[in-house]
Amino acid sequence: MSILYAFLVISALGLLLGLGLAFAAKKFAVKKDVVAEQILEVLPGANCGGCGFPGCSGYAAALSAKTAPNGLCPPGGAAVAAKVAAILGIEESGTSEKMVAFVHCRGNHELSSLDYQYDGIEDCNAAALLFKGDNTCKYGCLHLGSCIRVCPTSAISRDEKGNVTVNPELCIGCKKCTLVCPTKVIRMIPARGSHAIACNSNDPGAKVRKICKVGCIGCMICEKKFPDSGCKVVNYLSEIDYGKPMTQIAEAAQACPTKCIVEAK
Amino acid sequence: MSYIAILITYIFINNFIFTQFLGLCPFIGVSKNSESAIGMGIAVTFVMGLASLITYLVYHFLLVPLQLQYLQTLSFILVIAALVQFVEMIIQKNSPALYQALGIFLPLITTNCAVLGIAIINITQGYNLMESFVAGIAGGLGFTLAIILMSNLREKLDLSPVRKAFKGVPIAFVSGGLMALAFMAFDKALLTNLLG
Repeated sequence: MSILYAFLVISALGLLLGLGLAFAAKKFAVKKDVVAEQILEVLPGANCGGCGFPGCSGYAAALSAKTAPNGLCPPGGAAVAAKVAAILGIEESGTSEKMVAFVHCRGNHELSSLDYQYDGIEDCNAAALLFKGDNTCKYGCLHLGSCIRVCPTSAISRDEKGNVTVNPELCIGCKKCTLVCPTKVIRMIPARGSHAIACNSNDPGAKVRKICKVGCIGCMICEKKFPDSGCKVVNYLSEIDYGKPMTQIAEAAQACPTKCIVEAK
Repeated sequence: MSYIAILITYIFINNFIFTQFLGLCPFIGVSKNSESAIGMGIAVTFVMGLASLITYLVYHFLLVPLQLQYLQTLSFILVIAALVQFVEMIIQKNSPALYQALGIFLPLITTNCAVLGIAIINITQGYNLMESFVAGIAGGLGFTLAIILMSNLREKLDLSPVRKAFKGVPIAFVSGGLMALAFMAFDKALLTNLLG
């Protein structure tokens, strides 16, 4: 008889608690954001953080709450922005052009001088703590590859001389490398740009010449002789305005005395 | 007075982690940083207090009248699991911020043996309803104390030159063992000295 009681009591207890939970689940159901879930499905799911939100779900929630503009997703680009616009029922907008990272430096241990021999751990930010890195030029690439390690698509590589380059085909434009880089030598350029300035130095030309063979010396040949190249020298450093036609950029690259206008392949 | 004795007993003398070795899974698993350790501690304290109340009622008003005391373990697990689920739902509904902080720890507590431990200890010690509740809260506070001490220790350990073979969990267990030795200093004699 008592075994029957035991059976009944545990069954009844289980049933009661189960029903209670089922009831509570209905009663306390939290409305999930359906729109956000739909958006999350069309986002690439790389969780790269390029949009500035904590992962794809964060951006999806912000989009659904209309607190973030559409088109912030660099890996998704225009295709994803169009899908998101369709879900939200808004006009496709804010689709910025594809940007890729570019290392604005071609200096290496053969071409540019060093202040000291860095022997610490292989991390650019660690090296930057010591007199802003071992390079005499404090604007250039430290070659220790912190950007390589944060890149989610392995788009950044380093050759045997230490030069760090970004493969624009693989770059999804998440800007992680630009954030980790202590000298800010990695900046974003439009993917359509054929050329880029491979120097980041604001030092005067005389100083640049002394410490680096491939630095921009601010001679202004590109700006003055090739006005349609889009180049403009500011703070002893030539910059390309990608909004300009850039018809003469190839000639300017030829004429550059230190050859620091390079093809952004 | 007996409430104070129960508090001291379960926070220091019979600390769940250091003396009874119950609930070691979250103690090692969630003590990597002090922020989540505090969250886990608060969640465990809350669930232990509530579970003490509910299991007392289940035992004395359901199992004892039917003379089914031998089913206590089974029914307590059932009740605690349902209770934790229920608490999780309510927190999720009413306080999303608290759910963000505690939410991930709550399902873990379902299988925390410290919660089942306090429920059974309450019965074997013959506590009444209020004493059971105080014992539950005190047990949770003891757990919180242990896990916060441990997390602070482990944050320091992460930066220390520990031998490779001992890195991570092994050194955590060794440190936990040494802390348990220290807690041996709290014994029943302390209680009689304090409260006469």
